[in-house]
Amino acid sequence: MSKKLLTTVFSLSLVAFASGVALSSAAQADEAADVAKGTAVAEEWDRRDWGFGDTESYMQMQLENRHGDQSIRQMRQKTLEVPGHDDGDKSLTIFDKPRDVKGTAFLSYAKIFDPDDQWMYLPAVKRVKRISSKNKSGPFLGSEFAYEDLSAQELKKYTYKWLRDEPCGELKCSVVEQTPTYENSGYTKMITWYDLAEYRQQKIDYYDRKNKLLKTLVSSNFKQHLGKYWRPYDMYMENHQTGKKTRLIFDKIEFQTGLKESELTKNSLKRVK
Amino acid sequence: MRSRFRLFKKVKLIKLAALVIVTGAVALGASIVSAGQAHADDEESDLYWEYSGSASLDLRIFPDSALHSGQRDQHLNPSIVLEPEFLVEWNDGDDRIDFKPFLRLDAQDNERRHGDIRELKYLHVDDGWDLKVGADKVFWGVTESRHLVDIINQTDGVEDTDGEDKLGQPMINLGIQNEIGDFNLFAMPYFRERTFPGRKGRLRSSLTVDTDKAEYESDLEEFHPDFALRYATVLGDWDLGLAHFYGTSREPRLLVKTDSNGAPVLVPHYDIINQSSADVQATFDEWLWKWEGIYRRGQGDDFVAFSGGLEYTFFGLIGDAGDLGVLAEYHYDGRDEDDAPGTIFDDDIFVGARVTLNDVEDTDFLAGMIIDRKTHARSFTIEADRRLSDRWTVEGELRLSDGIISSEPLYDTRRDDHVQVRFNYFF
Repeated sequence: MSKKLLTTVFSLSLVAFASGVALSSAAQADEAADVAKGTAVAEEWDRRDWGFGDTESYMQMQLENRHGDQSIRQMRQKTLEVPGHDDGDKSLTIFDKPRDVKGTAFLSYAKIFDPDDQWMYLPAVKRVKRISSKNKSGPFLGSEFAYEDLSAQELKKYTYKWLRDEPCGELKCSVVEQTPTYENSGYTKMITWYDLAEYRQQKIDYYDRKNKLLKTLVSSNFKQHLGKYWRPYDMYMENHQTGKKTRLIFDKIEFQTGLKESELTKNSLKRVK
Repeated sequence: MRSRFRLFKKVKLIKLAALVIVTGAVALGASIVSAGQAHADDEESDLYWEYSGSASLDLRIFPDSALHSGQRDQHLNPSIVLEPEFLVEWNDGDDRIDFKPFLRLDAQDNERRHGDIRELKYLHVDDGWDLKVGADKVFWGVTESRHLVDIINQTDGVEDTDGEDKLGQPMINLGIQNEIGDFNLFAMPYFRERTFPGRKGRLRSSLTVDTDKAEYESDLEEFHPDFALRYATVLGDWDLGLAHFYGTSREPRLLVKTDSNGAPVLVPHYDIINQSSADVQATFDEWLWKWEGIYRRGQGDDFVAFSGGLEYTFFGLIGDAGDLGVLAEYHYDGRDEDDAPGTIFDDDIFVGARVTLNDVEDTDFLAGMIIDRKTHARSFTIEADRRLSDRWTVEGELRLSDGIISSEPLYDTRRDDHVQVRFNYFF
């Protein structure tokens, strides 16, 4: 739980409230209230995922261009939760298909504000390379998902502002505007629909650097794990500017597999299984 | 015609068979011991196996006629490569055996027509340590245009001129990982001799290398036990490696001798060396700073050599999402001119550019030039690859040299500029 952040938000809203009173500006008070409300929604979303420990996911990416041609990527991802709000999670992604990249592995230590630490393993030459993580907005495997869409979603990576509550399918959602706080994001903002039943991210609209709608991610087929943690098994990303689409389908997500920190090191890349 | 069916020379076949038996026996022995333990735990002993690999069709095109006598004077050099891979895992992957044989069938060069055990190893992974027994490939280093500190494996010299293809090295490798870093100990009971193009092949020296006459400083010859120790760690933005190698030099000196007919040939001579090395990469946003260096004893005067440089990437510069990387590296090598193996990297600058389109087909280009600061000799390389479908990829390669003077090691291959096209099928 980030007491610091809450305190900050609280004091910010106090300041805003105070100045609001002083200036008799209701608008500013509203603004602060919306920030507090949006932040509270995101905090609840974040809190509900605490203590997941580790996961191992088996997934398939279906890439489709505007002519409808499809290509398939298959991969596994091991994620280790790093407790606290100052460091991101660690993850190891191993590619199985297409076959020419089979065995290629990607290790990432997510950071909140600093660039992530990333290494790549190239099986043909048995080489582990430290790579630059500056390209957060770059496409992941030629898909419509950017690295930043798939890297660990940490509370402090965004500031939040509540926009409205509205129905989303059979549920009721809070619509929250999120602004990236880290450098090199490809987005000026994201609009996220959180359902108020379980605080899951049902839908995200991504706005590009020119503040034009770029992509929409719709998550569905949510399943609950260990009676607590929700994960979408279907994530569908559509690029409105290019007409390209990517569907990310999870075949299996296992929780608390006993993943050890030693399995997510630079050394372990050379012996991925 | 008959000789076409004689795939390998007898000696090579015997050596290869010995290698298979030694590594196979050790790997099997180790795995049986471990498999015995595995049965204790029913749930974990599930056996998983996998068969995959690739087959490739290579075509080299040489615009110029062959220069040396004995070379097959053909402009097209087709060949086929087979590289299957077998994997067996148990204990949830903590124990596994990997087998990766390699075979190239070359239409023209008997020496390039060769097979190898790229990998045949048993690996056990534990918490904080791992053990590997068998033949494997190990890569050390950070720079792109020369792999100076990379010493465990022998270069498969008939494969390509860039020295990046390696022969499988039999080894026992114990790895220990802790908070201080990763330690790796290597004991290598058998040495692999470098391969060289045969009399009929292109990209060779004017005198051919007679690998059957190889000489060794050690009386134990290829059975001299070689050892290595490597320490690697990550300190924030810095990736650091330190290593020491003692044993048979992977680089031979080439001595001029006469064959049984009294004709001059080159004979590889393998010295016993001690080599200490360090390699460092610093990663600062778009900048990668790289340096590696060695200190070697055992080949004439002690000497140092180093390679250092940088890579800067402009992300998203090309098209929708393509990256442009620019590279520059400098190579210095202070080796003894008479008593150490020759090198082209004595005082050379490399500049290059890498284009990664980040598209669905994973299209990549790498262009580079190495220029000798003293003689101004230049060699150029352009490499490109792209996925064609879920099972096919295509690669292209262009290698040119210019202004090579007669004292340069590349002088003998000055007529061997070529284009290579390769289609890979994955199964």
